[in-house]
Amino acid sequence: MAEDGKEESMATDDDSDKTAEDGANSLNSMVEEGCTLLRRMEICVAEAEKRSGKNAVNMQETFTVYLIETRPMDALNEGRNPAPDSLWRRYSEFELLRNYLIVTYPYIVVPPLPEKRAEFVWHKLSADNMDPDFVERRRVGLENFLLRVASHPVLSNDKILYHFLTEVLGYSAADSRLKALSATFRVRNPDKRFMEMKHYSDELQSHTSQLLRARARVADRLYGVYKVHGNYGRVFSEWSAIEKEMGDGLQSAGHHMDAYAASIDDILEEEEHYADQLKEYLFYAEALRAVCRKHELTQFELEMASQDLISKKQQREELATGIVRTFSFKGMTNKLFGQEAPEQREARLKLLEELIAEGEDTVKEKTVECEEHVERAWVDMQRFKEQKDKDLREALINYAVMQISMCKKGIQVWGNAKECFLKM
Amino acid sequence: STQEAGLTNGTPVETSSPASVSSLFNRLQLDDDLDADSRDPYGCTETRDLFVTVDDPKKHVSTMETYITYRVSTKTTRIEFDLPEYCVRRRYQDFDWLRIKLEDSQPTHLIPPLPEKFVMKGVVDRFSEEFVETRMKALDKFLKRVADHPVLSFNPHLNAFLSAKDLNKRQGLALLTKVGESVKHVAGGYKMRARPPEFCAMGEYLDTFSQKLGTIDRIAQRILKEQSEYLTELREYGTLYSSWAGSEEELRRPLEGVAGCVTTCCTGLEDLSENMSQDFLPVLREYILYIESMKNVLRKRDLSQAEYEGRLEAAVLRKQEDRTPIPMEVEKCQDKVECFNADLKADWERWQSNKRQDFKQLLTGMADKNINYYEKVMQPVINDTLTRFK
Repeated sequence: MAEDGKEESMATDDDSDKTAEDGANSLNSMVEEGCTLLRRMEICVAEAEKRSGKNAVNMQETFTVYLIETRPMDALNEGRNPAPDSLWRRYSEFELLRNYLIVTYPYIVVPPLPEKRAEFVWHKLSADNMDPDFVERRRVGLENFLLRVASHPVLSNDKILYHFLTEVLGYSAADSRLKALSATFRVRNPDKRFMEMKHYSDELQSHTSQLLRARARVADRLYGVYKVHGNYGRVFSEWSAIEKEMGDGLQSAGHHMDAYAASIDDILEEEEHYADQLKEYLFYAEALRAVCRKHELTQFELEMASQDLISKKQQREELATGIVRTFSFKGMTNKLFGQEAPEQREARLKLLEELIAEGEDTVKEKTVECEEHVERAWVDMQRFKEQKDKDLREALINYAVMQISMCKKGIQVWGNAKECFLKM
Repeated sequence: STQEAGLTNGTPVETSSPASVSSLFNRLQLDDDLDADSRDPYGCTETRDLFVTVDDPKKHVSTMETYITYRVSTKTTRIEFDLPEYCVRRRYQDFDWLRIKLEDSQPTHLIPPLPEKFVMKGVVDRFSEEFVETRMKALDKFLKRVADHPVLSFNPHLNAFLSAKDLNKRQGLALLTKVGESVKHVAGGYKMRARPPEFCAMGEYLDTFSQKLGTIDRIAQRILKEQSEYLTELREYGTLYSSWAGSEEELRRPLEGVAGCVTTCCTGLEDLSENMSQDFLPVLREYILYIESMKNVLRKRDLSQAEYEGRLEAAVLRKQEDRTPIPMEVEKCQDKVECFNADLKADWERWQSNKRQDFKQLLTGMADKNINYYEKVMQPVINDTLTRFK
């Protein structure tokens, strides 16, 4: 099951240092030890285009498609510049790929996709999926997704992923296991570490979503403050018309006020990038949660199987010895309607033995599945934790740098205005 | 001990016009010298011989009412004053009295405005620190402007205000009704022919200027509102970083760092907004009142011109009829108009010059406060947070 999508390593596993050139791969830091797809192939989502066509219910619709370009890394390393292979895919196809990965690698924290619909918008940004800024940020997000997947030590070896990048193929929907992930059930002995991780994923999700909402509101307000200052520009200009000595100073100061008001657009545009980084981890939190839930599911299945086995063994004992230890419906009917014939008892005992044998196999299987999942998932969750700490630390630093830049701009503009006022 | 001015023994001190035209011209000459100083009003202090300050507000509670008094301190070398130093306590009513007396006794001059007299009792707290502070600054400015004025500063009412132990204000009411009548008398019969062009220009300037100041006031209030809402959102935003930090290990320090920066931002914003409402807006509003005063003076000037033209016309007609000579009153009116025009022009120049200084100071101050805000916000980000990050 989990092995379906895996393939033999495509190329020879090079231990030679074929490190990607800095210019060729902007996310150098994602390339890890071991053979990941990203080391062998340069991937990018180059463009976005609008298309229209008929959908599943034969209605006309407009949607955006994204161009995936790939180039072999060894060619680039040799200094050649071959034309890339490319194909167009739309967002829903990326969704299918991701769902497939979630189901196939339930112990992996699968990188998230950028948002399906624009959320956390503040008033200047539109919530329109066709808005060019949204499309552009989504293009970047999709590229980010592919790079993360292609640099993951486990996911990058997937055959279906390779086909997604290079061939035009359709994808079937995820199997029922995906549905199982959303079911509710109670587990008796879950791994404590997983429960802690699940709790952490809830916290991460809650904190990032609250932060994103608050940030959007703050952006909205800050926009208002800056833009109102633009009115000073106009009134200073009008005022300067009736002044003699003060006129020039007022007029120039007015221009600086206009510049101040205009500066907020770039500032907030840059901040969107920070918001996108937070969003990625908002969605990542969900992926983390899914892995924890998967553990619960496998553990639950194991417990159910064990419980079933125990009860069947008990039934066998009762049947063999005639002693009813536990209350059961069968036991009661036997008492009420009398014991059954020995042949029937034999038949039932034989059936039970078969079921018990099956049950023991199931328990063995489930135990292995559970242990494997725990082992692999723990590895990937550690990897995820390190990645998260590194990425978010960087994001916070960049945010701080953005704030410094904003302050510097503010000082400059007001300094210029002050110069003009002094000349009044 | 202070010698009581003529006020308290009932002698009317009111001077309805300057002593003589020549002494007025002398004072105008003095004004020319002072014009040079008004470009740098606080620079050259040698020619200034009267210094006044309003400070130290105190609350007084009596059975009848509660009110605030301010300390008015005077230092002077002028012989018109008996002592070189005075220190008295005055309340708003007293300033108002002074202003009315000045307006009545110097109708041809521009009297600086007082801060608003009436405040909505439910809306504004008349005894809050901010309100009292703002009002006090405005009263201080008013008194300083009067003290700096080459004619007004010699007014005996000012003298009384600055030096008398108890101001006897009963005189004011009687005079008020007298002035009221004479104004009515003038307004009743006469219409001015045409406002001379230089005063037209003044009127137009005042209208436009007043409009622009009103706009700036509205913009400033809007900025305050937007800043206040920004501050509210920012506070919540900061706490979210702190609470996230609680569930992280490696990321705790950078997250707390960001939370700290947001807090600094909030404090800075509070200061900025306070400055805007305590310092910027009051000065702006006071100038709008000043403009109204100016317009009133222009109107009064128009009235006196109208009176003169009316009387002159009547007298000329009578002369044509029965050769009655032009009465002295008409000549007196002409003098009055000419004095008025001269006073007004002189006051206008000094007002323009002061306005330029005041607004230069006001706007530069606004720019400075904004620069300080950004510097204050930037500092912890550079110093503290980046080291936390590393």
